[in-house]
Amino acid sequence: MDKRELLSAEHVYKYFDGTPILQDINLKIKSGEVVVIIGPSGCGKSTLLRCLNGLEKIAEGKIELDGDMVDPASKEICRLRERIGMVFQSYELFPHKTILDNITLAPIKVQKRKRTEAEEEALKLLERIGLSAHKDKRPSQLSGGQKQRVAIARALIMHPELLLLDEITAALDPEMVREVLEVVLDLAKEGRTMLIVTHEMAFARAVADRIIFMDEGRIIEEGTPERIFEAPETERLQRFLDNMSF
Amino acid sequence: MPDEKTVQMLLEGIRDTLYMTLTSTALAYLLGLPLGILLTLSRKDGLKPNRVIYGILGTVCNTVRSVPFLILLIVLIPFTRALVGRSYGSTATIVPLVICAAPYVARVVEASLNEVDPGVIEAARAMGASNLQIVFRVLLVEGKTSLLAGATITTGILLGYSAMSGTVGGGGLGDIAVRYGYYRWQTDIMVITVVLLIVIFQLIQSFGNGIVKLTDHRKR
Repeated sequence: MDKRELLSAEHVYKYFDGTPILQDINLKIKSGEVVVIIGPSGCGKSTLLRCLNGLEKIAEGKIELDGDMVDPASKEICRLRERIGMVFQSYELFPHKTILDNITLAPIKVQKRKRTEAEEEALKLLERIGLSAHKDKRPSQLSGGQKQRVAIARALIMHPELLLLDEITAALDPEMVREVLEVVLDLAKEGRTMLIVTHEMAFARAVADRIIFMDEGRIIEEGTPERIFEAPETERLQRFLDNMSF
Repeated sequence: MPDEKTVQMLLEGIRDTLYMTLTSTALAYLLGLPLGILLTLSRKDGLKPNRVIYGILGTVCNTVRSVPFLILLIVLIPFTRALVGRSYGSTATIVPLVICAAPYVARVVEASLNEVDPGVIEAARAMGASNLQIVFRVLLVEGKTSLLAGATITTGILLGYSAMSGTVGGGGLGDIAVRYGYYRWQTDIMVITVVLLIVIFQLIQSFGNGIVKLTDHRKR
């Protein structure tokens, strides 16, 4: 497998009204790697993801995608965001559009692909996630798990080099978590590069090549799933893991 | 029972009223929609925050909106005359109607577009959509239902204002009500014009509500 470095963040700092949200974040993701970020609520995980695709401006530091600078102020930022897929906690599907249109909007309008070609690929993706029968429905007619699978398909059709998944099961009813996570596991098997923020520890363990533990805007520990879950080095991680299990 | 001449006059009144109301609504949107989009974009939490643009546009909107329509109607007489050649009649009335309604429309549009879920806009940004693409493919599409509801309300308001312009010879049903009902004490004609205005208003509102309902896909 190609092991070149796809994403790098160096000495990233971010503040909200003077309060530090991210402090000296250093992160490298290789192509094909699945990295999971865990940590308590408000530790900056989601903000970090949003900085990586330039949805948020960073105060200091440097973020690069395959050698190209991620800078929200640059003219190239839209082209860059196209290359990074993102799936959100609350799906964020377009409520007035059909499922098919939700998936094909960006490839047609942003990537200027032909409608027929985009629809063909969208239908393939829908088949893969088992939602072909729902292509003409609106998001409000789908369950949370179905909506989130559509959101994943909507990200995949852009052929992103990197997928950012931001707590994609946090808003779901427990019985729907699995159907979504299985899609993600499938993507990991295919060798997709992903950066995942999640509170599902068992899933993190199953899907991750590497786990990062964040707290108070810093990366506290980082290592293989086995290392992180079985031999936490810091008290903070130990405490976090204790709190996550019942 | 009104005679044939009166019926003829009332029919022309209806025609003029509809002409004034619908034309001024359309023109008010022609000005107000882009203004509203600019307000939405330049807001502090907008896609392209710009304090100066938002401040100037906002102040202009507020200033025009704070002038009562009847005053605006009179103040604008020289401008109206310069633009359409005369200051009375239904075409001339459209000028102050549009100027009065455009800033109102801008604010209504701003309010509608602001209701679009910021999460959905963020999703569009994350897909690499430009601001222009977000305006036309997301904001206007997702805000459609609310925009149409706003347009219905605006049309209703302009119907009322077009009638008010009757006081200065504006034409339409309001003009008839003032000339016959007020100056000549012909209460029957006054009552008929009021009833006609109510009916037209109801039709506009029902038509608008129908369209809003048709375009709303958010609920099951």
